[in-house]
Amino acid sequence: MRKLYPFPGGVHPPEHKSESNGRPIAQAPLLPRYVVPLRQHIGNPAKPVVKVGDRVLKGQMIGQPDGYVSTAVHAPTSGRVVAVAPQPVPHPSGIADLAIAIEADGEDRAIEYQPLLDWRSMDPSTLRNRIRDLGLAGLGGAVFPSYIKLNPKAAARIPTLILNGAECEPWITCDDRLMRERPHDILRGIAVMQALLHAEEVLVGIEDNKPEAMAAMQAAAEHCGFPLEVVAVPTQYPAGGGKQLTYLLTGKETPSGALSTDIGVQVFNIGTAYSLYRAIEFGEPVISRVVTVTGHVAEPQNIEVRIGTPIADLIRLAGGELAGASGRLIGGPMMGFDLRDDAAPVTKSVNCVIVKNPILFPPPPPPMPCIRCGECARACPALLQPFELYWYAKARDFGKAQGYQLFDCIECGCCSYVCPSHIPLVDYFRYGKSEIWAREREMQAAEQARKRHEFHLFREEREKQEKADKLAAKAAERLKQGAAAPATADPEAERKKAILQAAIERAQKAKANIQPRNVDNVPPDVQHEIAEIEARRARLREAAHAQDEDKA
Amino acid sequence: MITAILIMAGGGLLLGAVLGWASVRYRVQEDPLVEKIDAILPQTQCGQCGFPGCKPYAEAIAKGEADINRCPPGGEDGVKRLAELLGVDPKPLDEGLEHKPKAVAVIDENLCIGCTLCIQACPVDAIVGAAKQMHVIIADQCTGCELCLPPCPVECIHMEVIREDISRWKWRYPVIPLHPVRQA
Repeated sequence: MRKLYPFPGGVHPPEHKSESNGRPIAQAPLLPRYVVPLRQHIGNPAKPVVKVGDRVLKGQMIGQPDGYVSTAVHAPTSGRVVAVAPQPVPHPSGIADLAIAIEADGEDRAIEYQPLLDWRSMDPSTLRNRIRDLGLAGLGGAVFPSYIKLNPKAAARIPTLILNGAECEPWITCDDRLMRERPHDILRGIAVMQALLHAEEVLVGIEDNKPEAMAAMQAAAEHCGFPLEVVAVPTQYPAGGGKQLTYLLTGKETPSGALSTDIGVQVFNIGTAYSLYRAIEFGEPVISRVVTVTGHVAEPQNIEVRIGTPIADLIRLAGGELAGASGRLIGGPMMGFDLRDDAAPVTKSVNCVIVKNPILFPPPPPPMPCIRCGECARACPALLQPFELYWYAKARDFGKAQGYQLFDCIECGCCSYVCPSHIPLVDYFRYGKSEIWAREREMQAAEQARKRHEFHLFREEREKQEKADKLAAKAAERLKQGAAAPATADPEAERKKAILQAAIERAQKAKANIQPRNVDNVPPDVQHEIAEIEARRARLREAAHAQDEDKA
Repeated sequence: MITAILIMAGGGLLLGAVLGWASVRYRVQEDPLVEKIDAILPQTQCGQCGFPGCKPYAEAIAKGEADINRCPPGGEDGVKRLAELLGVDPKPLDEGLEHKPKAVAVIDENLCIGCTLCIQACPVDAIVGAAKQMHVIIADQCTGCELCLPPCPVECIHMEVIREDISRWKWRYPVIPLHPVRQA
């Protein structure tokens, strides 16, 4: 038995796992339309590489990685691109985001996949680039591009690889079913991770409310060929938090502001290991995932659907909503968010869709003032003091909130869950975090603008100086020539002057010889007009002469 | 008695000398006030304050020649932070100045005649182009100062308010819905 290190805080919300974990993973039929968002991962959204009207095949890259923290997205089936435009996406804001809509042609023809069966002999960096192009990202919810996590920096050794099968959020059972049904496949994915990271020990953490998954994984682990330990961890939310699971299994605490790799641990989700297996074994990009559909639906279950399946269709596949549904939740009840538009599709980060009803999810009671009872601090797994953070976030005193380590908050929702005053504490923390980020962005922009303005002023000054220098140089040159000319180039100057004089005289003569044209045979009224104009001109000339003489 | 006085005086002198040396040796070059004020100003360089840029305005504030409420892009928040720094009361923006949502300038490519006047007006060199070539604004570098609008002879530049997208979206301040109390 492995020694476990219980993490501080945590709560025990009702599990609600049995609703959906009894049925095997269902395969979704082909749907007529898919919408694939380009921003499915942390970092830069993928760049679209197809346009409206293009024919695409299943597994074809339709968005390429843009920059380092980015990964690719692929067509979930064969068909025609009908839109590359902002469309509803599963995001708490409800703002539309750039997505590619594909109308399926029903043939479901795939591109020729290139399996990476010889991955052991491949150059690791080539392998990682392939993994990036296959669109692998953490399927646990954070969707961090996997190829980066599989890159052990030269200095940092990663002796411990942790596979997160805790699935601590209530209602969600997709990892549970995956482990029960496909343990061998998951282990083959883990083998790739282990080899790339050179991990010495591999731990699979599973909450002890999933004995079937435990048993399946343990049975498979006996023949996997590398040291792997399946560890049952006590069921306590949030045991599936990366830092919490790390502490639980190894006793190593991730320092504030650091990553788990800094303490030699890398954590992956079970679903990610499975998609890595599909990528290696079949060369298949991430075009599907297992999603739990549960709550107030006719047949709560896990369904393997293509990425891009509209959530409305997904709910229909689970038998549809029952009467009295009051909304939909993406993710679990602790950390999830309300879906604004069910036209939004399943993305790599969507692990669960819960249909709400007023009995399962009653509207929150009105918040009361904070009584500083400290319940939230006892429940906080990150050892923060949520009541202090709340105080400062509410007062918009973000500096102080940061002083109380706002950014160590993992937004698990334990504090809100235990608050006797029903204060939506996490909402305040999210608000505070995004305000601080926005301010930081503004500061950076201002700093850049300041530098550019300073350079602008410097450039203007430099140009002025250069112009002045040039003029001065020219003047000096002229002065030198003027001083030198009379002595040396006198005859030449005389000759030039004479030529000029002759030219002027010629021009004057030519001017005098010019005769007005088209003045013969004109009607009398036009003749009259011409005469008038001539007279005016003569008058003006005289006046000008008179003025000149006055001046003289 | 005399020994005691001498010891105390000697100690005082010694410690004083140490302190004096330390104050010279470990002197902290503190940020001058102008820099601190300039750091709060939004660096739009728009000149709405009546000074040719943020730095001159900061200098004027530091000298006490300008009020702190003359920077519309900084908005109320900026005034508040300036007030905090200078230890004065915050006040609303000066008359005639109003805080506008952040925008970027956009050149209508069909109308631009390539006169370079806007390029000369841009305080942060965010406009690319050459004589008789179409100009374009680097949106990322544009501070939204609107200084390029007046010089344009064909009025081909307009301001576009930056729309909120997912990467810029912020969680809202939690608002608690009030339920009307039914009267008995």
